[in-house]
Amino acid sequence: MLQSIERQRHLIDFTLSSLMRRKGKNFSVLFVYTLVVFLLASVMFFTSALRKEAHLVLTNAPEIIVQRSLSGRFSFIPVDYGKKLADIRGVVSVRERLWGYYYDPEFKANYTFMVPEKLPVEQGTIAIGAGISNTRHAYEGDILSFTSPDGVLRSYTVKAVLPEESQLVAADIILISTEDYRVLSGIPPGHATDLVLTVRNSKEIATIAEKIKKILPDSRPIIRDEIIRTYDAVFNWRSGIMIVILCVALLSFVIFAWDRATGLSAEEKGEIGILKAVGWETSDVLLMKFWEGAAISLTAFLAGVLLAYVHVFFTSSALFLPVLKGWSTLYPDFRLVPFIDVNQVITLFFLTVVPYTITTIVPAWRAATIDPDSVMR
Amino acid sequence: MIDIRSIRKVFNQGRPNEFTAIDGVDLTVQLGDVTVLKGPSGSGKTTLLTILGCMARPTSGRIFLLDREITSLPERFLTEIRRQTFGFIFQRLNLIKGISALENVMAPAYPAGEKFSSLRKRALELLDMFSLTHRATARIEWLSGGEAQRVAIARALVNNPSVIIADEPTAHLDTRLSREFMEIMKKLKEDGKTIIIASHDPIVFDSDLADAIVEMRDGKLVRVGATR
Repeated sequence: MLQSIERQRHLIDFTLSSLMRRKGKNFSVLFVYTLVVFLLASVMFFTSALRKEAHLVLTNAPEIIVQRSLSGRFSFIPVDYGKKLADIRGVVSVRERLWGYYYDPEFKANYTFMVPEKLPVEQGTIAIGAGISNTRHAYEGDILSFTSPDGVLRSYTVKAVLPEESQLVAADIILISTEDYRVLSGIPPGHATDLVLTVRNSKEIATIAEKIKKILPDSRPIIRDEIIRTYDAVFNWRSGIMIVILCVALLSFVIFAWDRATGLSAEEKGEIGILKAVGWETSDVLLMKFWEGAAISLTAFLAGVLLAYVHVFFTSSALFLPVLKGWSTLYPDFRLVPFIDVNQVITLFFLTVVPYTITTIVPAWRAATIDPDSVMR
Repeated sequence: MIDIRSIRKVFNQGRPNEFTAIDGVDLTVQLGDVTVLKGPSGSGKTTLLTILGCMARPTSGRIFLLDREITSLPERFLTEIRRQTFGFIFQRLNLIKGISALENVMAPAYPAGEKFSSLRKRALELLDMFSLTHRATARIEWLSGGEAQRVAIARALVNNPSVIIADEPTAHLDTRLSREFMEIMKKLKEDGKTIIIASHDPIVFDSDLADAIVEMRDGKLVRVGATR
């Protein structure tokens, strides 16, 4: 047992000094490898964090949202519609919601104004998301101004900056009082952005939605499943782009690994011959090559994953920003909540470390099976 | 005693470029002796050395090491015998570039799994024996020709083999270094090592160190004789 450990130790020692001998080649291999792992890990972290954000959004999503649609376009819904909806069997409650978007030309960012249902905001004050706070350098006590449809600049005092539980959801939000929002948005009294329904039995949602359509032909009920599909499409659209990157990265990895697999230099082959001649077995040579592959693989894997973590969660995926430019205009600034799916990291490990280690062994195996007397000839 | 009987070695058998390197050789190497294989280039000296040293298998014939037949042993066992019994000094030295002299000396012993500290100590003692202690950490390519050769000899001795096999050891050495090499062989002989040298250098085969001269030509033994 002890002898076997010593043997492994000797072989690792020899492998490391072998790697140091070919610094240039091995560092370039390490660099490319780390880059590939970095790209793959970035994609994985980014998409899984997006999915996590989506989950956070959907947990609190209402079961049915009713909007008004005129000529196929969104229109403010009369609050009176709520009474008709409340009469539908199975509907527990109907609430009106006031919310909408506001484009800030100065900062080229879109904000979401919302009248909160549970925590009323005092008139003349607002609570803002962390993204807006960062973009406009606005903190508690500061005053922010927005232009209403009549062209009047209206000012509000920042009462609070919202916690960063989910930046994607809360980053661009401004909470405002009902009275202030009606003035700022121009939504007439007796109208709301949409109506939100709570349903007793989730199996009845589809039936209730059909009834709503019958009772209020100009309405457009949106059920939670549809929202889930929409969000899924949105996030998957981004995932889609990411998957293209993932495929390119994987392909380059395969090319790179293949190049390594076929690229055992004459010098390396000569050394394997010497080692065999002086008493190394084929298995010793293979073990040495295994350690060589493992040393490079593990270093590149750890470095790549670490860099990807920093890239996605600390620099807001700076390298992916050109791809996500549309989004970044809509959202002033957001950072994904650090979240790592262990299964994905394990998958990445098996996608990179294992095949690379194997590909380094294959050419060595061919060289290791040469006769030891080749060095004498 | 190493005994080889009716050994033939054919390369590229069955192909148009088939070549018989050794053709029906019988030879007995006595333990503790210095045996010199002599003959022109292409006479089969090196091939015979590789067969004697368990590096290559003969096409036909039998090999006995201390009365134990080792001809058809699997590679693993043959490697173990090679590692434990033989120490090799190659014509081109075949030292591994980029690593230190000490690491080169230690390399043949790595697969045995000996404790690192004792292996290192032994390797340093060997380097010291050849006055190379100060060059232990130097990379191979920084050593002079004589130093490199002594490192190669130290490497051949690291597993404490009973037989030293040297293939044209003086081919790339000047006269002074060749004589120095023979001096080292003399010391090893005094230590009880069996030495087999293939050479066509008169400094080697005319030396009074050789107990037996085996003359070869075209893969056959021309003459086997004791020098004394």
